[in-house]
Amino acid sequence: MDLKTEMKIPADFPFGSSSTASPSDYRQVAHTPITTGTSVIGIKFDKGVMLASDMLGSYGSLAKFRMIERLVEVNKQIVIGAGGDYADFQFLRDIIKQKVTDETCLDDGFMLKPRSLHSWVTRFLYNRRNRFDPLWTNFVVAGMQDGEPFLGVVDKLGKAYENECVGTGLGNHIAIPYLRYALDKKPNLTEQEAREAIVKSLQSLFYRDARAFDKYQLATITADGVKIENGLTLETDWSMADLSSGAD
Amino acid sequence: MSSIGTGYDLSASQFSPDGRVFQVEYAQKAVEIGGTAIGLRGKDGVVLAVEKIVTSKLYEPGSGKKIFHIDEGIGMATSGLISDARHLAENARNEASSYRNQYGNSVPLKYLNDRVSMYMHVYTLYSAVRPFGCSIILGSYEKGQPVMYMVDPSGISHGYFGCAVGKAKQAAKTEIEKLKLSELTCKELVKEAARIIYMVHDELKDKNFELELSWVGKHTNGRHEFVPKAVLAEAEEAAKAAMEEHSDSDGEDM
Amino acid sequence: MFRNQYDSDVTVWSPQGRLHQVEYAMEAVKLGSATVALKSKTHALILALKRATSELSAHQKKMILIDTHLGVTISGLTADARVLSRWMRSECLNHKYAYNDCMPVSRLISMLGNKMQLCTQRYNRRPYGVGLLIAGYDDQGPHIFQTCPSANYHDCRAMAVGARSQSARTYLERHLDEFADCSAEQLLKHGLRALRDTLPNELELNTKNVAIGLVGKDTHFRVFDEVETGLYLAMIEGEERRGGGAPGGGAVEQDDGPPPAPGPDGGDDRPDPQVVVAMETE
Repeated sequence: MDLKTEMKIPADFPFGSSSTASPSDYRQVAHTPITTGTSVIGIKFDKGVMLASDMLGSYGSLAKFRMIERLVEVNKQIVIGAGGDYADFQFLRDIIKQKVTDETCLDDGFMLKPRSLHSWVTRFLYNRRNRFDPLWTNFVVAGMQDGEPFLGVVDKLGKAYENECVGTGLGNHIAIPYLRYALDKKPNLTEQEAREAIVKSLQSLFYRDARAFDKYQLATITADGVKIENGLTLETDWSMADLSSGAD
Repeated sequence: MSSIGTGYDLSASQFSPDGRVFQVEYAQKAVEIGGTAIGLRGKDGVVLAVEKIVTSKLYEPGSGKKIFHIDEGIGMATSGLISDARHLAENARNEASSYRNQYGNSVPLKYLNDRVSMYMHVYTLYSAVRPFGCSIILGSYEKGQPVMYMVDPSGISHGYFGCAVGKAKQAAKTEIEKLKLSELTCKELVKEAARIIYMVHDELKDKNFELELSWVGKHTNGRHEFVPKAVLAEAEEAAKAAMEEHSDSDGEDM
Repeated sequence: MFRNQYDSDVTVWSPQGRLHQVEYAMEAVKLGSATVALKSKTHALILALKRATSELSAHQKKMILIDTHLGVTISGLTADARVLSRWMRSECLNHKYAYNDCMPVSRLISMLGNKMQLCTQRYNRRPYGVGLLIAGYDDQGPHIFQTCPSANYHDCRAMAVGARSQSARTYLERHLDEFADCSAEQLLKHGLRALRDTLPNELELNTKNVAIGLVGKDTHFRVFDEVETGLYLAMIEGEERRGGGAPGGGAVEQDDGPPPAPGPDGGDDRPDPQVVVAMETE
């Protein structure tokens, strides 16, 4: 059998083709995200897990969409969040939502678990990356599984990990130190303490990340289910701004 | 059926000299020996009910469901070959899913019904396949209106206020016609549906059966759901009581 | 052998609304040796009677491992069962790869049902001539499923299929209410007794002709070896045959003979045959 067919490589795949390949014998895939969301951050606490992201959709450096939802309830025990290309997120979100609908139709008592979804998203994104056509999106999966909180990340290349606190995008650099500090101080945070750590991280992101915004969503997943608060506003203080110099 | 056995009834792709496609009629026969299924379209929703005949004590109670969820707001009751019905359920779910993928909202039942009947019809055209041995009733509640269709093995479908298929469809139809469907709410219809299924069930031929009841309407927020256990039990009690009353008063057998 | 003009293809309905080819495939299941399945609240158990084609041959294989939480036992065409098992194995593996979790048993069986249905509606295939009993364990506890060549399947509390299996079913029905609270050992004893009831009087169960597969809470599906099988066989040894089974031991229904000959369609005045293919199937 033809190796390309056997390995399920698309016929128009550029590499390894016959020596007659012409300069036009290639296919270009998306190399840049268009409308983007920035960081998603998350942290576990004693009874569950919390996820937050701001609601800005940037078009390059233009703050174009000011109320987009980047956290989505999947079922009674899972929330997903995403940063990166928003269309890619919507694409995968719709597939996941259909999965849940299919499951509702089966009505067999099984419900998608966060660990399973995290694994599936990993397979999906890694497969796309290997086809040289990645979705330009980082995903966070948060939820409850067997009474325990779950928090995991999959990046656009299919790199996946779980952690007590996570951040994607600039959040991975700016928010993680805050969240880790909070967890180091007290490993078993209460919901309130987790929330304080999250809000502080979001503030910091808003001050420093030029693609961040002060309107945000906050999702709390506990054994009781999912709660997503939309359109919250960060309290910010710009009085120090006058003192800054050199940046303008 | 004078042309039976004359060789014109062996293929779905063949007409008999008097212009009939016998294979389709035979498939309809398979539906006529299945458990009875009824659909009632009332004022504020649709109620589906199925008489599921249980042939062995060894089966888990509640297994082998004959009412399916097709989409969040669409239910499907079936009569006839259960494996064919499951195949159709899968097909209908795929249709619903692909519609949502294309258009971003849930599939209107009118459209879904069209697609499913087309699919069933295709199986009446070729000798390489056989027609489906089951009929289906589709119900939903859209834009404040209850909607219900029934499709038979030929692929013909109609909208209905009340319909019945299976073993006792005649008796069930007679009962349904006595109801003022457009004035009844789902909660009332559930009781009527249970009563009808209990009434048309033939204890002599089939000993054990389970009643399956589902509804979709205003009170379920347009979601298709199995009737809660308590409501089901209540409806069954009422149905049994009505049966007793019926046999006490005239002792007549249906 | 009897035949009629409506029984040559799965794509042909008889005037009574029957599918003879599918019904014949159902008969293939009854040609295989008996298999038994039952479950408690914690365990699911499958047992099979193995035949040897000659004194020099080994006993046939009747039990197939699918995944850590799932195994099947087969009655009918072994080759068909291998095809189905291979498919089930790959579905379970794919599920585990994609979702990092075991395949829910009911979902696997419903997918299998849909796969098998295709062969009952198309000209180019014949139905699978095998009946499976599936024992599995998932988040919702232990499960027993039965699948038929008609592509129908049942979620069962207990079941027996294959040659002379009626006596096993009689045993199972009689003791049905005891199974739920059984320990694995008690369940095994019940299973072996039910299996023994399918044997003609002159035959006995032994370590060679019995296969046992067990799955349960925190225990993976495994097929017992001969030593272990012998251990459990010893527990029911010496008990009176059909212990509490069919009265007089004679009520064994003849379900291993050839199918009852249906009259020529529309011909004689025998009662209209019951549809065996529809959901009202045994």
